[in-house]
Amino acid sequence: MYEKEIGMTTPELKPNGEKSRIGVYICHCGTNIAKTVDVEALREFAEKLPDVVAARTYKFVCSDPGQKMIRDDIQDPDLKVNRVVFVGCTPRLHEMTFRKVISEAGLNEYYLQVANIREHVSWVTPDKEEGTEKAKALLAGAVRRVHEHEALEQRRVPVNPDVLIVGGGIAGITAALTIADAGKKVYLVEREPSIGGYMAKFDKTFPTLDCSACILTPKMSSVKSHPNITLWAYSEVAEVDGYVGNFKIKIRRKPRYVDEDTCAGCYDCVEACVFKKPKFPDEFEVGMGLRKPIYIPFPQATPLKAVIDPNTCLQLTTGKCKQSCAEVCSKNSINFDQVEEIKEIEVGTVILATGFKAFDPVRSPEYGYGKYDNVYTSVEVERLCNAAGPTGGNVVLRDGTTPKSIAIVHCVGSRDKKTNAWCSRACCMYSLKLAHLVKERTDGEVFNFYIDMRTPGKSYEEFYDKILDEGVHFIRGRAAEVRNWALDEAEEGKLVVRAEDSMMGVVRRIPVDMVILSVGLEPHEDANEVARMFNMSCGTEGWFTERHPKLAPVHTFTDGVFIAGACQGPKDIPDSVSQAGAAASEVLALIDKGYIELEPNTAFIDEDKCSGCHTCIALCPYTAISFNEEKGKAEINEALCKGCGTCVAACPAGAAQQHHFTDDQIYEEIEGVLEYV
Amino acid sequence: MEGTDMKYIYYPGCSASGTGRGYEESTLPVFEELGIEMVTLEDWNCCGATAYMSVDEAKAFALSARNLALAEDQFPDMDEVHIVAPCAACYLGLLKAKKYIDTDPKIGGTIRKALQSAELDYTGRAKVRHPLDVLVNDYGLDKLKEKVKRPLTGLKVAAYYGCQIVRPYSDFDEGHDPQTMDQVLEVLGVEAIEWPHKTRCCGGAQTWSSDPFLELVWIILKDAIGSGGDAVATACPMCQFNLECFQNKIRAKFDYQKKIPVVYFTQLMGLALGIDANKLGMNRLFERLELPASV
Repeated sequence: MYEKEIGMTTPELKPNGEKSRIGVYICHCGTNIAKTVDVEALREFAEKLPDVVAARTYKFVCSDPGQKMIRDDIQDPDLKVNRVVFVGCTPRLHEMTFRKVISEAGLNEYYLQVANIREHVSWVTPDKEEGTEKAKALLAGAVRRVHEHEALEQRRVPVNPDVLIVGGGIAGITAALTIADAGKKVYLVEREPSIGGYMAKFDKTFPTLDCSACILTPKMSSVKSHPNITLWAYSEVAEVDGYVGNFKIKIRRKPRYVDEDTCAGCYDCVEACVFKKPKFPDEFEVGMGLRKPIYIPFPQATPLKAVIDPNTCLQLTTGKCKQSCAEVCSKNSINFDQVEEIKEIEVGTVILATGFKAFDPVRSPEYGYGKYDNVYTSVEVERLCNAAGPTGGNVVLRDGTTPKSIAIVHCVGSRDKKTNAWCSRACCMYSLKLAHLVKERTDGEVFNFYIDMRTPGKSYEEFYDKILDEGVHFIRGRAAEVRNWALDEAEEGKLVVRAEDSMMGVVRRIPVDMVILSVGLEPHEDANEVARMFNMSCGTEGWFTERHPKLAPVHTFTDGVFIAGACQGPKDIPDSVSQAGAAASEVLALIDKGYIELEPNTAFIDEDKCSGCHTCIALCPYTAISFNEEKGKAEINEALCKGCGTCVAACPAGAAQQHHFTDDQIYEEIEGVLEYV
Repeated sequence: MEGTDMKYIYYPGCSASGTGRGYEESTLPVFEELGIEMVTLEDWNCCGATAYMSVDEAKAFALSARNLALAEDQFPDMDEVHIVAPCAACYLGLLKAKKYIDTDPKIGGTIRKALQSAELDYTGRAKVRHPLDVLVNDYGLDKLKEKVKRPLTGLKVAAYYGCQIVRPYSDFDEGHDPQTMDQVLEVLGVEAIEWPHKTRCCGGAQTWSSDPFLELVWIILKDAIGSGGDAVATACPMCQFNLECFQNKIRAKFDYQKKIPVVYFTQLMGLALGIDANKLGMNRLFERLELPASV
């Protein structure tokens, strides 16, 4: 009955006047599809549909032999396939692959339709019979739709060779230098007053224990002096417009109240501040040190410029201050009237390297952070270990004494369903590093409480061995709690870490002077907002979503926007640097190619139907529609149209139409699906 | 949610007429005094808690689910049927069953089938609530404060939650550092002391293994006393029993001289609301609670 109906409703000739000769290619995708969809039944079903001249199945249609099968059918003098339906995975994965295949065989690449029976059927339908039926409906819809496809040509637009990099941690710095060294102009935008990110806070890096500053600060300095890099610290992306090759971006430069061009970074203003002593928690020192309202984040800050905190500066909060900072400045750089500035730039590509946020252990109250003075986060201890830190590299407690026993609690805010389910990947290694540094500086006993030791990296396991040899204690068991309560005299005045030692099968209480919580990595709170701004997505956890977890790890689903470093998922320095290099090379490849192809799925106006009501003009987010006074009709500028479809949906007369998404195409697809159902 | 307008279904559980009589004897008059309507679930059965759960999970869930289904059946007009289970083990047992039935289609299917044989159905309308949850989140501490007639000023109490009402299925309080009982006590004028053993194991059903069990209880009592507590307040019949009944043995074993009364938080509420101590089951306490002269 179905075949009869479909025969009746399908016109014989298609837009270009030729008769459709449809080839249907059904993919097993190994067992991904074949396990829950009867592909052979699907093939038999397809074969009987009107105008289908070839219906084939193959284990992997995307492979070379699979592609050849399609090409051969197109070029076969008897079959002469002129429309292709690929029935397999999502078009996001292989639509481009098969467009290329059919275009190589001489067909217009838009004579292709993809029916997604993997993500939409086999992966989400456990029942094979139901799966096969749904697949048939989708296949029928695709066959009906491809009848209506028109030959379309892609448009080429040049790629603007300038690049925006968001985030000035080690990933952003690496990408910026790579691209700038290749002769391209880079805008590097950093939210904090200085670039450097987390790496700038560390004393040593694992597994080589080389000095973090020694390998990072020369790179920071290169960024500052590079003729191809424009560095905007203390700035944020405010608005993103445009598309791959031609982004228009607004950058918000927050007021420093210090003229960045003239400030020499001499510290005179900091010394002259009416606050004689530092009084406010220092952000760079993660609260371990104090700063004044006017400050330079750290001596190697890049740019080395002072900044005034509007929340603590007397002049900016009360308007009453003798402004001794301004008085002493020989360059007259202090400017209390400075306001936010918006910079507009045009770039062709973007790399997001916005990094991560360290887990706040207040969310795991069992460990007593914030309640007991001697419970620290690992980031705080990084600062204690740092020769340039608040204690000059001495690991001492808040009362100035040196701890004789130290517990390092792993997986705080990681591998914990109550907080973050994921493994933060870097913590085992940085905990080993901290164990070494703390032991070296205190000569105390160090206890690591771990669930599993995860040291998969070059020379990582060897580093673990080395730390074991140093006499650091390892207790396998997630620490249950940290308490200041003494069971006996030996515990008096100590913090007690309680954990099940799963090697010994006993619950242990270890009294210590200091507890270090190895906090996990988590996405920034505003990661979703940033993702939305760049029209890309975050996973449920908040990490930016890569185009493919294995094969396109630095691409996003937005062309021209790449990601690098820990914003994509927890990562250590070596991995962040590798990704930054990968993202830079993807950017350079696009710039080198020089142009990008734009999808021809732009909207157009059927002038016979247009009543000139202006509805579409007001709605177009890209101001691509104007009103032709002479004709009294709307007119679409194809160069500006992004094919969003807003006008098509809104037009009361059905005059606004969209290439590759015409009403006919969509109705045919719907009818194909419904007729079968 | 406006507390006084809501009707709650009271699930007593077995201990309410056994070792935990004082809990029921204080909870019911306190709720009545506050004007919170509670109707006892008719024909309720065992909550399926503790030992049975580890012997036969499906049967234990079925037992729990029968109570949930009965509540839905007896109150067909309510969008949500809020069951108040004061006993920590009942609360956890019912909540655990609900959670598994709601989220695991296989267990849910088995249990629904079992219920059908008794011509019952569970749709998910039944919610499981603890009195602390109702007091803090529905009734409100401000309103409670207005009802306090005799503030228990000067009394220092260690709020002891035990494990079952805060872990792992409930979400009305923090699992390791809960606050709701402390908040309620503070409203009564009590000084809720800061101590680290609020949720430490009371020994549960391990009363038979005397040595480790006594040590667990001792740790809690020692800390409660050492931190300056005049009394321990509990929200669980099992905790109350364990902490109260073994103090003689603990004193002998650990050469420890001090004693501390262990009361239900609802008994303290009753006192503060002006209810007579004898009507709150406080005559059952082994260790009398001495109120400060200022009260």
